[in-house]
Amino acid sequence: MDQVKVIEIKKSVFEDNDKDANNLRKELKDRGVFLLNLMSSPGSGKTTTLISTLNLLKDKLKIAVMEADIDSDVDAVKIKEATGIQTIQLHTGGMCHLDAEMTRQGLDNVSLEGTDLVILENVGNLVCPAEFDTGSCKNAMILSVPEGHDKPLKYPLMFSICDVVIVNKIDVLPYFDFDLEKCKEYVRMRNPKAQVIPICAKTGEGVDVFANWLLEQVKNWKQQ
Amino acid sequence: MHELGIVFYIIRDVKKVAEEHKVEHVSTVVMNIGEVSTIIPDYLTDCWRWAADKEDLLRGCELKVNTVPAVTYCEDCGKEFPTVQHGKICPHCGSEHTYLLRGNEVEIKEIQV
Repeated sequence: MDQVKVIEIKKSVFEDNDKDANNLRKELKDRGVFLLNLMSSPGSGKTTTLISTLNLLKDKLKIAVMEADIDSDVDAVKIKEATGIQTIQLHTGGMCHLDAEMTRQGLDNVSLEGTDLVILENVGNLVCPAEFDTGSCKNAMILSVPEGHDKPLKYPLMFSICDVVIVNKIDVLPYFDFDLEKCKEYVRMRNPKAQVIPICAKTGEGVDVFANWLLEQVKNWKQQ
Repeated sequence: MHELGIVFYIIRDVKKVAEEHKVEHVSTVVMNIGEVSTIIPDYLTDCWRWAADKEDLLRGCELKVNTVPAVTYCEDCGKEFPTVQHGKICPHCGSEHTYLLRGNEVEIKEIQV
């Protein structure tokens, strides 16, 4: 008869990834490279926001972009063409998020020498990316007006881990029931420390506020 | 799709433990899943069946899920309350100064070999 033996593990599924992420953050610190993890749902305007932001920052910082998607390289091509910035495409192979190990593999393909800022555009999704620490120095997310101001209530984890929440597509505010003040209040409920920045990536309105926030973060990261 | 990612992590960890203990086949994996961990146990076991059967080590291996009830603690009145029913607001004193004590676990408890 087969004997059953029990092996106790008692270990969080996220433990290894959290360790990898902390190691990666430390290495980035030593090299003076700031990594931003940018998240949002699909279609919120991550790529357009990135292009407007990069065009404001590219003369001030040496930047690289990592685009993560399940498939295709449309975003990487678009960013490279519009900004001329070093951009690489990562494929998650069907996975809904990036973890620290995948981020590290991506960074291995970026020439980090002299680079101040790396922006990681995570897979469009408000659930899974929030659970896996990528090793980034700060987290940002974009919420667009058509998605509704109640999203902080529906996806609490995403909003609680973000340092900045960008509200995009404010040019269409008159056509939607989106309440910006309510949105800010809901974000505060989840995360009192998160800064809310309303922008319109298409017209450029407010993008300078986000660009300055980034500039400040990079400066602090290098000095601390 | 979220649960499938978690399943790949579980498989990776179980494989590591099996290697350390020189185990050839695992019959059961027991998980502690918190009520507010955002994992849906049914999806997790469905994804598990699909992915586990692709591995010699885990073919036919059962994934058992223990649900850990979510409990929140109120800093103002010092009482505990069930999170799923009341959310972040304390039902005893109405305070918002509360934090989750347990219930967000995604933990491999043990394996049976």
